Amino acid sequence: MLPGIASTNAATVTVAVASNFSAAMHDIVERFAADTGHTVRVSFASTGQLFVQIRNGAPFDAFLAADAARPQLLEQSGQSIAGSRFTYAIGRLVLWSRDAALAGGNCRSRLYSLGTGRLAIANPDTAPYGAAARDYLVAAGLWSRVKSQLVIGENIAQTMQFVASGNASLGFIAKAQSLDARLPEAVCSWTVPDGLHQPIQQQAILLKRAIDDLVAAEFFKFLHGAVVRDIVARHGYALPE
Amino acid sequence: MRQSLSDMAFMDFPGAGPLWLSFRLAAVTTALLLCFGAPFAWWLAQTKSRAKVLIEAVVALPIVLPPTVLGFYLLVVLGPYGAIGRWWVEITGESLTFSFSGLVIASCIYSLPFAVQSMQHAFEALDRRNLEAAWTLGASRSDAFFTVAMPQSVRGFLNAIVLSFAHTLGEFGVVLMVGGNIPGETRVISITIFDQVESMNYANAYRLSAILLLFAFFALLFMFAMNRRWQNR
Repeated sequence: MLPGIASTNAATVTVAVASNFSAAMHDIVERFAADTGHTVRVSFASTGQLFVQIRNGAPFDAFLAADAARPQLLEQSGQSIAGSRFTYAIGRLVLWSRDAALAGGNCRSRLYSLGTGRLAIANPDTAPYGAAARDYLVAAGLWSRVKSQLVIGENIAQTMQFVASGNASLGFIAKAQSLDARLPEAVCSWTVPDGLHQPIQQQAILLKRAIDDLVAAEFFKFLHGAVVRDIVARHGYALPE
Repeated sequence: MRQSLSDMAFMDFPGAGPLWLSFRLAAVTTALLLCFGAPFAWWLAQTKSRAKVLIEAVVALPIVLPPTVLGFYLLVVLGPYGAIGRWWVEITGESLTFSFSGLVIASCIYSLPFAVQSMQHAFEALDRRNLEAAWTLGASRSDAFFTVAMPQSVRGFLNAIVLSFAHTLGEFGVVLMVGGNIPGETRVISITIFDQVESMNYANAYRLSAILLLFAFFALLFMFAMNRRWQNR
C-alpha cells in the first residue's frame, strides 16, 4: 500500500499493549473499527517485554504501557514521536482469591496466614503491577514473610491465570482483570488502597515508525476521546484529570 | 586483595542457582526414565501385540506436541482442582504445580520419547539368537536381560541418558506454564535466560546461553563419538 493513500483506505495500526489492559483494548479496537473501518492489530505482553521488543526494532506504531517509566525512556532515546506521551489510565491493584479454604476471612488477613498456599504476583522487574505488588508487600512488612511462597507470572495475565485456575491461593492482579466476567467467582477480593504503592500511571506513546501514518495518528486521537475514557472507566481504571 | 570463595564472581552470578537446579532436574528425570523406561522399552521391543503401534505413537507425542499443550494439560491435571493434583495435596499438603516434584513429572513426560526410543531401538537390534541361547541354557528372563541384553545395548542406554538429560536441561515452554518461576524450586536456567533478556541484562544472558550451547554441543559430540566407537567394534 502506498503511504499517501493510507488514510483513505481501510488500514492497519499495530499496537503493543500491556497485558492488564487486554479486556478494555478489545472494546476499544472494536469501537475504532466500527467508527473508522480501520483495523488495529494488538500484541499483549508485560510492559518490560514489549519495551525490550520495541528497543530491538519491533514494528509497533504505538505502545500502551502499564507504567510511565518505560514510555519516558523511549521518549528520551528518541524512539517516539515527541509530545505524544500521555496517561490513558490509572491502574489499581487487587488481591484476589477463589480458594475455598480462605472462605470467611478477608483476602488481606490471609496474607498473614498463607500456610502452604502460594501467592502469585507478576514479575516485578518487567511488569508494573508486579512492582506495585512488591511495593505494597515491602511497605506492609510482609515481603520477607511471603517471599518463599511467591509464584511469579511473566505478565499480569499469567498471574491472573495462576489464581483463577486455583494453582495459587492468592494473587495480586489488576482491578480490570478482577471485573472480568469470565473469572470464576471470587472467594475474596480486596482493592489495595492507592497510597500503599506507587501509583500505576499507565502511559501511551506514539512510536517513531508511525511518524507519517495518519491512521496511527487517528487512533491516538481516538484514545484521547470521550468514548475511550468511558471504556477505560468501565473496566475499573481511574482516569487522569 | 584476597577474596573469599563466596565473593567470587560465579557465586554472585544470577545463573548459578538456576544452573544447579536445572542439572538436578535433568539428573533426577534421567534416572527415573532409565528405571521405568528400560522395562517399558524392552516390552515394546519384544511384543507382538497389535497395540504396539498405538503405544509407540503415544510415546512419540511429546516430540511433536507444542510444549504449551503439554503445559496446559499438566496445569489442569496437576493443579489443586485436577485429578492428580488434588490427590497429591491430600497426601503431602502441598501443590504439585509450582514445585520441583511437579517439574520432575512434567520432564519425565517431556523427555520420555528420547529415553524409550533410544533403548527400544537398541533392544530391537539385539541378536535374538544370543537371548535364545541364554534361555536354553536355563537363564531366567531377567537373568538373560541383565547378562545378555544389557551389555549389548550400552549404546542405546548411553543415547537415552545423553538425550534425556540434554532435552530436560533445555526445557522451557512447559516450565513456563507450570513452574511459577520460584528461585531454588522451579526457576530453571532457560527461564532465567528469558528473564535476563526481558530485563535487558544481555551480559548475563550471553554468558548463560554460551554455557548451555557449549554443554549441548559437547554432550552431542560425546554421544556421536561413542556411537562411532561402538559401531567400529
